[in-house]
Amino acid sequence: MEALVAIAIGVMTAVGLYLTLRLRTFPVILGLTMLSYAVNVFLFSSGRLVQNRAPIIGTGETYTDPLPQALVLTAIVISFGMTAVIMIMAIGGFLESGHDRVNMSGRDQDDGGPEAGAADGDAAGEGRA
Amino acid sequence: MTLALIAALPFLGALLPGLMIRAGRTACATATGSVTLLALALLALQAPAVLRGEIVQTRIDWLPALGLNATFFLDGLGLLFAGLILGIGLLIILYARFYLAKSDPMGQFYSYLMLFQGAMVGIVLSDNILLLLIFWELTSLSSFLLIGYWKHLPEGRQGARMALAVTGGGGLAMIAGMLILGNIAGSYDLTVILQHKEAIQASDWYLPALILILLGAFTKSAQFPFHFWLPHAMAAPTPVSAYLHSATMVKAGLFLMARMWPVLAGTPEWFWIVSTAGLVTMVMAAKIAFFKDDLKALLAFSTVSHLGLITMLLGFGTRAAATVAVFHIINHATFKAALFMTAGIVDHEAHTRDLRRLGGLRTLMPITFTIALLASLSMAGIPPLNGFLSKELMLEEAAHTTWITPWAMGVLATIGAMFSVAYSFRFLAHGFLGPVRDDYPHAPHDPGPGLWGAPAFLVLLVVVIGLFPMASAAWLVDVAAGAVTGAPVAVKISHWHGLEPAALWMSIAAVGGGLMMLGAWAPLRAMWDGTPRPEAKRIFDGIIEPLAALARSLTYAIHNSSLSRAIAVAVLAIAAAALWAFSGGSHAPGSRALMPVEPVVAVIWAVTMAAAVSVPFLHRIRVVALIFVGVVGLLLVPFFVLMSAPDLALTQLSVEVVTILLMLLALNFLPKTTPEESPAPRRLFDAGVAGIAGIGIGWLAWEMMTRNAAFEPISHFHLAQSKPGAGGTNVVNTILVDFRGYDTFGEIIVLGIAALAIYALSENLMRSPAVTRRLAGTRPEREAGDRHPMMLVVSTRLLLPMAMMVGVYIYLRGHNMPGGGFVAGLVFAIAYLMQYMASGYVWSHARQRYDHHVLIGWGVLIATLSGAGAWAFGLPFLTSGYEYVHVWPLEEFELATAAIFDLGVFLCVLGAVLLALASLSRLAQRTGEVANTRAYDTEAPQESR
Repeated sequence: MEALVAIAIGVMTAVGLYLTLRLRTFPVILGLTMLSYAVNVFLFSSGRLVQNRAPIIGTGETYTDPLPQALVLTAIVISFGMTAVIMIMAIGGFLESGHDRVNMSGRDQDDGGPEAGAADGDAAGEGRA
Repeated sequence: MTLALIAALPFLGALLPGLMIRAGRTACATATGSVTLLALALLALQAPAVLRGEIVQTRIDWLPALGLNATFFLDGLGLLFAGLILGIGLLIILYARFYLAKSDPMGQFYSYLMLFQGAMVGIVLSDNILLLLIFWELTSLSSFLLIGYWKHLPEGRQGARMALAVTGGGGLAMIAGMLILGNIAGSYDLTVILQHKEAIQASDWYLPALILILLGAFTKSAQFPFHFWLPHAMAAPTPVSAYLHSATMVKAGLFLMARMWPVLAGTPEWFWIVSTAGLVTMVMAAKIAFFKDDLKALLAFSTVSHLGLITMLLGFGTRAAATVAVFHIINHATFKAALFMTAGIVDHEAHTRDLRRLGGLRTLMPITFTIALLASLSMAGIPPLNGFLSKELMLEEAAHTTWITPWAMGVLATIGAMFSVAYSFRFLAHGFLGPVRDDYPHAPHDPGPGLWGAPAFLVLLVVVIGLFPMASAAWLVDVAAGAVTGAPVAVKISHWHGLEPAALWMSIAAVGGGLMMLGAWAPLRAMWDGTPRPEAKRIFDGIIEPLAALARSLTYAIHNSSLSRAIAVAVLAIAAAALWAFSGGSHAPGSRALMPVEPVVAVIWAVTMAAAVSVPFLHRIRVVALIFVGVVGLLLVPFFVLMSAPDLALTQLSVEVVTILLMLLALNFLPKTTPEESPAPRRLFDAGVAGIAGIGIGWLAWEMMTRNAAFEPISHFHLAQSKPGAGGTNVVNTILVDFRGYDTFGEIIVLGIAALAIYALSENLMRSPAVTRRLAGTRPEREAGDRHPMMLVVSTRLLLPMAMMVGVYIYLRGHNMPGGGFVAGLVFAIAYLMQYMASGYVWSHARQRYDHHVLIGWGVLIATLSGAGAWAFGLPFLTSGYEYVHVWPLEEFELATAAIFDLGVFLCVLGAVLLALASLSRLAQRTGEVANTRAYDTEAPQESR
């Protein structure tokens, strides 16, 4: 059983990372979601795998370690919040610039279109690359 | 305590203007001024003790282990400077009220000004040099804000940057110097350091410490060769120039030299560095000032010159010279602040400060002229004004100081005084005397008393100190100079010393020479224009520009704006480090008994893996990829169920639903497919990177799961105390709401902030015209046949109360059985989301009585109050209590404050989830689709679309 879980963690990590290495925002976010699954299961497994010992007092003699569960529970909720924030950023990026690439092309920081660049009117001493 | 309060008051006062500006400009200025007045009054209460020769101290331990304590002390020098800072600050607040235009954001100005004032007061009252350094840096930062106050002016921004670069850089050097000094003395307390003169001057580190500290002082006080930033800082509004660049900030460097005088002065190194820098600055800046046409530029260079004079006096290292320096600090503050304010009045009334376009203001602005006349005569050193008194004393000191040759110092000081006379008279002659012109940009006349009141008061001081120096100023000079020199001082100031002293003849020579220079103005100006001079700004830019370019190229070399590259590098680096660490030790295989694999589990595992592995192959069709990721997430639910984690299963299930809904909504706005961009080798490389990380993590997980924990887990405590301590049997829940309540409290706040950030971002997006255009162009590729299918609408509405009941049930049982606020919030959110999906955003939103923001706010508030309730019983924040209640006909149940906390969690989660998704839906409203606004409704007949 432990082997299966370890393999699952490894596979989910690898798939998640592969997706975050893609060049468009949506797969990157999917990859982060996948990575957070892997991380959650990894954290959870630090309490070791135990069956039928839910940490509810009075349901048995011994219980599994409740602390990793509490950690993972909050991690699940927070990762939703973060996914939502990145998502709106991705949407914003796409709507502002018209493309959803994650990499800026080389030194071209003003990839955002004509609106960017006009922000700073400093004449001397600014020296944009 | 009082001293700390005096330093803290301006900082507290900085909050006021932002609020008070809503009540009007006068109310704002009054509020700001009264804070300063209060601080000044508190200072005045301490004055009698200081004048008796006592030292007032306040000590608050802050980080004692680091030697960093909030210790303050007030001696004569501190009293002098704090009085100057607060007193002139009060005048500046009055002056700025009438100087700033209606369009200038006055609240902002006063806030910055108070920040600066607090930082300055902090410097002069600090007993701890680390604390002093903090305040020192704060003055650099707040003066940056003040100099760049007129953000629309490029000179303002550049001047502010230059001032920050120079004074901030000097501040960094000073930090090093101060640390060395503290190490030599064995304490960071000034009062202790000041008693270790011999140890410090004998140390090998004396010279490095001296140079580093002087770098800080010289940059701040604009001493050669760091003087160039001050004239550029004149782009600031005139009240700022009058405050920062005449009376306070530039004097911080002088203050520091005076403060450190007892331990640093008296050595040849000190004499040569400090007096030479001061002398060169004094003469050179005075000469430049004479040729400046801009009133403020003239005054700026004159300030640099006078700062040089004071530096030079401190550099002499004799008690008498230091006393004269203290006296001149007072005099310079009075006449120079008045002159800056006069220049501001001229600018305000005539709309120009250019001496070539002025002249003849004497009859047009008689009050302003009177003020300018007295102040500039004092600056020139004409008897009987106060500038004369300190200049005489300075010349006397210079005449008796040997610098290279016995006479060089005296001659150069006289030349400096001559330039000073020349530019003072030029200020008067070219600005106010001469015929009235008819081509002023704006007809000048005297302003109201609001503007001339402050400089008039200062000029009154100029005259009073000039006429009665012994009665009005000598006591302050005595006590301040006593603090500088560490010995009692009884100064004797008089106008006439007889015919013998050299100073008399030097003075006469200076005045005569100055008048002759003014007489020969035209040819001298032609000569000045004909000589090439180094332009400080160009040199500065020439140094800064390559540095900036180097920094840029370094940044780009490391970070080339490619996220993929950064991730790949980070993953490989971490993997390499982990491998290196792992191979360093020896590892026996794990000994923990393995769990057998059940067939059901094997099937679930196989499906999960199949779903996960297929994602990279078909991720280009985004909906499909999303579904497969969702499958993986959902299959974690049975895994958690099997592995004794019912709470996790519930949470994972509900979060997964919400996440997939969010992503589906988001996909509306994004392209539906991912183009094939990376070539095959690149994909192979990425797969390799991902594979290495995956193998590493999997291996780590395996190694961890096959052995027992190295240390006893701390959760035995939680298991044992859950029932008796927290009153609940669900240990996961009691950990969340009780044992680790603080973490959860922080987490719901983070969640709330995330939701608000999403809301703010989406609001911002909708304001951008480019986005609105693009949104209007986004249309669904394929219209659904029926947007609001009747079955779905009816069933979701029927389900709503039931779903809510389930939510309430889950919330209530949470403390004892799987469930709790997190899950209940998510269940409620899903119940609402079903309405949004089935009946449309507008229909659902119209029926919602509370804003999502309000839910988040209440959630955090309830959680806070439930935690703060413990204070009422004298217990720490978030201590929970519980009680068993028996109400017929119910069974006995328990009421825990943790349940109230959990209610806060519930509300916060509900509000955050709904706000995040509603923000996306609001974006969808802008896509120009109309169908979503009308819902199938049972009450009204549906119109045909």
